[in-house]
Amino acid sequence: MSENRKRSELTSMIAMVQARYAREIDDGDCTAWPEFFVDDCFYKITTADNYAQGLEAGLMWMDSKDMLRDRILSLLEANVYERHAYRHLLGQPYIGEIEGDELDSETSFMVARITREGPTDLFATGRYIDRYRVRNDDAILVKRIVVLDSGYIDTLLGFPL
Amino acid sequence: MDELAHVDAGRPEWAKADGASRVPYWVFQREDVRALERAKLFRGPTWNFLCLAVELAAPGDFVAVHVGETPVIVTRDVDGEFYAFENRCAHRGSLLALEDRGNVKDFTCVYHAWTHSLQGDLIGIAFKDGIGGRGGIAENFCMSDQGPKKLRVTNVDGLLFGSFDDDVDDIEDYLGAAVRSRISRVLAGRKPVVLGRFTQVLPNNWKLYVENTKDSYHASILHTFFTTFELNRLSQKGGLIVSENGGSHVSYSEVDRATEAAKKNDVYAEQKIRSQSDLRLADMSLLGSFKEFDDDITLQILSVFPNFVLQQIQNAIAVRTVLPCGTDSMHLKWTYIGFEDDTAEERKARLKLSNLVGPGGYVSMEDGCIGGFVRRGTKEAPEEREVLAMGGYDIESSDDRISEAAIRGFWTEYRRRMGL
Repeated sequence: MSENRKRSELTSMIAMVQARYAREIDDGDCTAWPEFFVDDCFYKITTADNYAQGLEAGLMWMDSKDMLRDRILSLLEANVYERHAYRHLLGQPYIGEIEGDELDSETSFMVARITREGPTDLFATGRYIDRYRVRNDDAILVKRIVVLDSGYIDTLLGFPL
Repeated sequence: MDELAHVDAGRPEWAKADGASRVPYWVFQREDVRALERAKLFRGPTWNFLCLAVELAAPGDFVAVHVGETPVIVTRDVDGEFYAFENRCAHRGSLLALEDRGNVKDFTCVYHAWTHSLQGDLIGIAFKDGIGGRGGIAENFCMSDQGPKKLRVTNVDGLLFGSFDDDVDDIEDYLGAAVRSRISRVLAGRKPVVLGRFTQVLPNNWKLYVENTKDSYHASILHTFFTTFELNRLSQKGGLIVSENGGSHVSYSEVDRATEAAKKNDVYAEQKIRSQSDLRLADMSLLGSFKEFDDDITLQILSVFPNFVLQQIQNAIAVRTVLPCGTDSMHLKWTYIGFEDDTAEERKARLKLSNLVGPGGYVSMEDGCIGGFVRRGTKEAPEEREVLAMGGYDIESSDDRISEAAIRGFWTEYRRRMGL
């Protein structure tokens, strides 16, 4: 298989996984969101400035699938916020380095937020900086760093991006 | 009368008898109050947090911040001292710094290349003498008369505060000994490392967030993360310190060793403890903390009038600045910090504990929306008043935290300084 053909297939596979991912957050209840990750995954939400400066902290900083499950459980059972939903628009994944059964991928996103009393607002733009593990015809996240373009976050960040 | 007389016309009366226990909602809504705050608080004799001293490590380093809504540059000059001045060219008013931080020799305005020193003095004018004897600046123009307004700067355990008013109280008197010592408790003799910076845009007046930080009463009610997952395993006792003038405060909780010891001897009591829910966290490493202080204090929230917060939640340490942005919006600036001598494990613990705080924090995300709920709830009720009667009507320190004394303290100091 040619290199281009292989990359094209991987691009398509990652795009399919990410379409399911966005659907789980936007149109599901997020409870299956952790299933897109390996058990010892890393997930962080940060900003472009922090990322460029190598500052480690995140708005969310989690290093296990159980921590992702806890996040959703807390959002559903403990935390208080006004009813709202996201709508993700994802760009084409850019496939970077491929090493064995793992690959680096980057994808741009725009996320609108729809809050109970108000119009649809543009909530966030940014990029996913990902490490995927490919298994059979599927890919699973080893690492996802969500890099927000702006350092300004409106009101609060509840559900994952 | 004074230059602010025009903003006083038409403003409703805030009854003296209300003291600090009844606060009319128009205080959060009116443009004339905002103008008065600008003059009496942010550009008046108060201390405003600027940045951390470690953010200005080398001569020429600068950070662009805000004091109230005024853009300000903070620098370190070659003499090693810290300086702060308005981020505003002496000539036609353009911003001088167009980056958040950096290292420069001087500040040369992009508009007409007027140059300002690291101390904020105007030191150069492009084509000052004209070209070929024609043009140039007016003959009697004196550069030293011009320049952005400077702030007095002081350093408290690595926290830089600035004031536009030279007559501001000395910082030690301003804070009072009790609050001052609780800053030292967290920061004295240590070199902080910035772990991340985030800005939260809140849809409410800045004072609604200040009230929230001083509100030790709401913590376990609004924020149900700890109780839902039954994470307060050790008995805690707490307290509230309100500075003498009311403006600053410390709220803290610490492990109650006596109750803990008694519990150990009381096997029956142990057995009677029944869980209220079956909910548990799957990964408890979130709350893995390490011994950092010489005492048993697990949480300390400290505020300095008017708008600074130093937070210690176990090992999650951060500073916050509450900046007004019109009457109905504000910016909350978070800087998460660790310390230079953190081990890798300690650093990781801080990063994980930081999931508790910030715009998405398990015990802080509610604070992001509650001010907006109050704004929307009170929009059509400017003459109605909130009531602050928990713990009585005074502004005394106490051994319990079911109290609104620190909020009343804020309003006491606010009314005094604002003349409201």
